[in-house]
Order: sequence, then structure tokens, then C-alpha cells
Amino acid sequence: MGDPQAVAANDKAASIEEKQYLLRFNADTQSHLHVMDTEICMTNCPDKICTIFCPAEVYKWEEVRMHVGYEGCHECGSCRIGCPHQNIKWVYPKGGHGIVFRLG
Amino acid sequence: MPEKFDAIVVGAGPAGIACAYELAKAGVNVLLIERGEYPGSKNVMGGVLYRKMMEEIVPDFHKEAPLERPIVEQRFMMMDKSSAVTFSYKGMEWASEPFNNFTVLRAKFDQWFASKAVEKGALLLNETVVLECIVENGKVVGVRTDRPDGELRADVVVLADGVNSLLAKSLGFHKEFRPDEVALATMEVLKLDKKIIEDRFNLEEGQGCTIELFGDATKGILGTGFLYTNKDTLSIGVGTLLSGLIKHKIKPYELMEYVKTHPMIRPYIQNAEPQEYLAHLIPEGGYHSMPKVVAAGVLVVGDAAQLVNAIHREGSNMAMTSGRLAADTIVAAMGRGDFSEASLDEYRKKLMGSFVGQDLKKYKDATHHFDKFPQYFEQYIPMMNRAASQMLTVDGASKREKQKKIWRDIGPAKQKFKIARDLIRAWKVMK
Repeated sequence: MGDPQAVAANDKAASIEEKQYLLRFNADTQSHLHVMDTEICMTNCPDKICTIFCPAEVYKWEEVRMHVGYEGCHECGSCRIGCPHQNIKWVYPKGGHGIVFRLG
Repeated sequence: MPEKFDAIVVGAGPAGIACAYELAKAGVNVLLIERGEYPGSKNVMGGVLYRKMMEEIVPDFHKEAPLERPIVEQRFMMMDKSSAVTFSYKGMEWASEPFNNFTVLRAKFDQWFASKAVEKGALLLNETVVLECIVENGKVVGVRTDRPDGELRADVVVLADGVNSLLAKSLGFHKEFRPDEVALATMEVLKLDKKIIEDRFNLEEGQGCTIELFGDATKGILGTGFLYTNKDTLSIGVGTLLSGLIKHKIKPYELMEYVKTHPMIRPYIQNAEPQEYLAHLIPEGGYHSMPKVVAAGVLVVGDAAQLVNAIHREGSNMAMTSGRLAADTIVAAMGRGDFSEASLDEYRKKLMGSFVGQDLKKYKDATHHFDKFPQYFEQYIPMMNRAASQMLTVDGASKREKQKKIWRDIGPAKQKFKIARDLIRAWKVMK
């Protein structure tokens, strides 16, 4: 259906990596996000739902630990509110750091 | 920088800037603190700015503010998988002064609005995070920032720190929000030639259109999508309760892609080039989720006070009005030399008496209702689409036969009774 070229153009930013590539970040050297107890993710959290609802895919489960790619964080706060175990310590990045929206 | 200010406003969004602007205009020595590189650099919204509440702060703003397009048409699409029933209102009274509303891009608009507050005499401090309020003898007397020697003092502190409002939480004004009190919205700004926008959306030069998307745009989860026209970009987004994403295990950006490739949406955005991708929370708990908004030496405004009307996608207007009312209260309190909770409570009374409090009360049970009864989005919107298709498809069946079929398709009597009950329920929470 439709013009295949147009579909291709609309699918261009389909992956999260490509969406994140559109953004400007001034990342701090230290993370503003901390999983307080990895053991909880490991044993009590089969869904690891933060890896699904985070809009920037900041959280990635790697076998035995949660990788936190804070550099790409939109600072929305979803992980702090949505973690079923209140296991994420969430503060703002240092002044002037983090995401820099240019438009929206 | 002097150590003590009359007032400190934390957060340069619509609420904070409005408050700082009004205070500076009244000659108050006010400091406006922003954690981003510039005002707007952390701020996201679909993009509708309401003329009336903005004009109450900066008269004739539309002559100089960086606005995108005045909205002359508002469409509402009730979507199924490959169809939509669309309602619309278009009126030329919105195409000229005084206008109804405009689309804006927040990074541009907030910078401009903050510059107006600075013109009035507010001091803007960017790249500064407020870590906590300084409380002495039960009264907020200033803030501690992440700058070296970061203590700043004031007679009154205004918390305009947005939806997450860590500061109001640390003062005990609210508990941590639940996933069904916030919506997670993602948005993309797509570049498209002006003329193409006007052709695709049936617009005269410079005019704008908003489309709100219901139903399949969120795969039936409680929430909405939107598609707004800017000057030479489109803003497209989708937001659902965080609890809905959790329950259905859906990735927000996959929902966004679903909307972008939906057959009802794709033709509008064909060949438009993504420029920016943004995510943000919207406070949607409404009246029941409002925190305490006043205590000795402190006021809470905007998203931090949960001032959003989710049903009418209003928020920036409520933010601005709350900022203005907070400023009025502070000026009066300065006259009395009294920053006690009782004195500042005038703000809460004014707020709840204004359209902000009235509308929050009117829709106080709406979000919860539609969350609790998902059939409105999951079943009734598709049903509406099937009925429209049935009635408008000319296939030789008589209109009476078609009506009968639509009536049969709704289901047995029990189901019809259930729908009637749901419609009454919906009326009750919306009336």
C-alpha cells in the first residue's frame, strides 16, 4: 500500500537508536540514575519492565546486571515511578547537563 | 549575586516564567532558576499554547512571540485499525485577532518568554539544579543549589519544577506518584515544506490545524495521540498512562511507530524528515492527585501542582494562570510582610476559584473512570467505525436492513444494556 519510498522515509527513524541519534546530549561523567539493588532485578523482577517502558531504552538487562545508559536519558521520570520495586534512585543531572531539546 | 532575594522561582517553564514575569513587573526582586542550558531545553509539550491565558500576562504577545501557526481547525479522529470516524470544527473566527490558540515549539517559545521576564527585571540563572528547599522553623527560607556556595535565600520560594516535582515531594506535599497518575508521552518533530503542510491539511497560508487521535492510535490503551501543524514541521505524538504501557508491555517508541505507519496517519506525514524525538511525563491524576500547594514561605505551580486537564489537553494555560495567581499572592503578602501559610493560602483559594480549579473538579473522576472501564477505547470506538462503514457502504442492502445489522452487531440485549449504562456513566464523569 502507498508509495514504497514514502513508507521507507517514514520508517527511517523506526529504531530507537536512530531516534536517539536526532538528539543533543551534554552527558555528565557520572550517572544520575542508580539501580539500588541489582539482586532485586535478578530475583524478584521477571518482567524487568523498565527495559520495556523506558522511552530511550536506557535500561538493558545483561545476564546478571542492569546496564544503565544514563547518557541517553530524557529525564522523564518514568523509571522512578514505574519500577515495581521502587528500586531506582533518580535525580536530575547536574545543572546544564543531560538532554538538550532544540525544538519541541 | 545578592544572597537574598524577595522571591525565588524554581523552573523556567510556562508556570515559573509567568510567575517571575509578574513578580518582576510588580518590582519584586526575583530570581528564576533553570536546570537546563536555557529555558525550554528540558521542556516538552504537544504544542498548543492558549492565547487567552498568555495574553493576560503579555498583551499582544502574538505580534512578537515565536509562534508556529494559529489553529483554525481542530479535528478528532476515532480510529480503528484501518479506518476512522472524524469530527472537526473549523472556524475563520480563529484565523484573526484575537485568535484562539497557536502551535509552538517549546525550546523556542520558552526562551522568548523567559527573555520577557528578564526584560521586566527578573534575574535568570541557567544550568542550576535546586537540590532542596532550606527549611527553618517550619518555614521555607531559600534553596540549596548544585553550585559551589549554592545557598540562596528568599522570603518566598515558588516550586515550578515540573511533573516530577522532587522538591514538593521532599517537603512532604505529595507521595511518589503512581503509574496510573502520569502519562508517558513521546513526540517527534518532522520537517515538511510549508506549502505541502498547507495542502495536506487543507489550510490557507500560515494557518494551522490540530488532530487528536483516539482509539487505535494507542492500541486501545487509555491515552491519545496527536498530530499538529507547525510552520515547516509537524509534531506527532502519542501518550498513554504509564500503567497502561506496563500492563500491555508496550514500548512507547513502538507505539509511536505504529501511529506513524497507521493508514489514517501515514499520508499526512509522508516524506517528512524526523528532526527530534522527545519523551516527557504528563501529570494526569487531576484533582485527586493535587499535592498541597501552599505552606509557609512556599507555593507550588504548574505541572508540579498537577494542573492538567487531560480531557481537553490543556496544561500550559493552567500553568500560566497558576504562576500569575501565585505572583499576585506574593505581592499582596509582601505588602502585609506576612509569608505564613495562612497568608499565602490566598493563592490556593484564587486557584481553586478560577477555571483551573473548576475544570480539575469537573473532570476529577474522568481519567480513573476511563482507566477502570477500558471498553470505551477498546470496543466502542471500533464499533462506531463498523457502524459508519456499514451505513455508508452502498452494496444493494436496504438502509433498514443495514440498521438492523448494525443493531445486531452490537450484541445481545445484555450487551446493549451494558453500553447504555457505560454511556450514562461517561456522561456523569464528564458533565
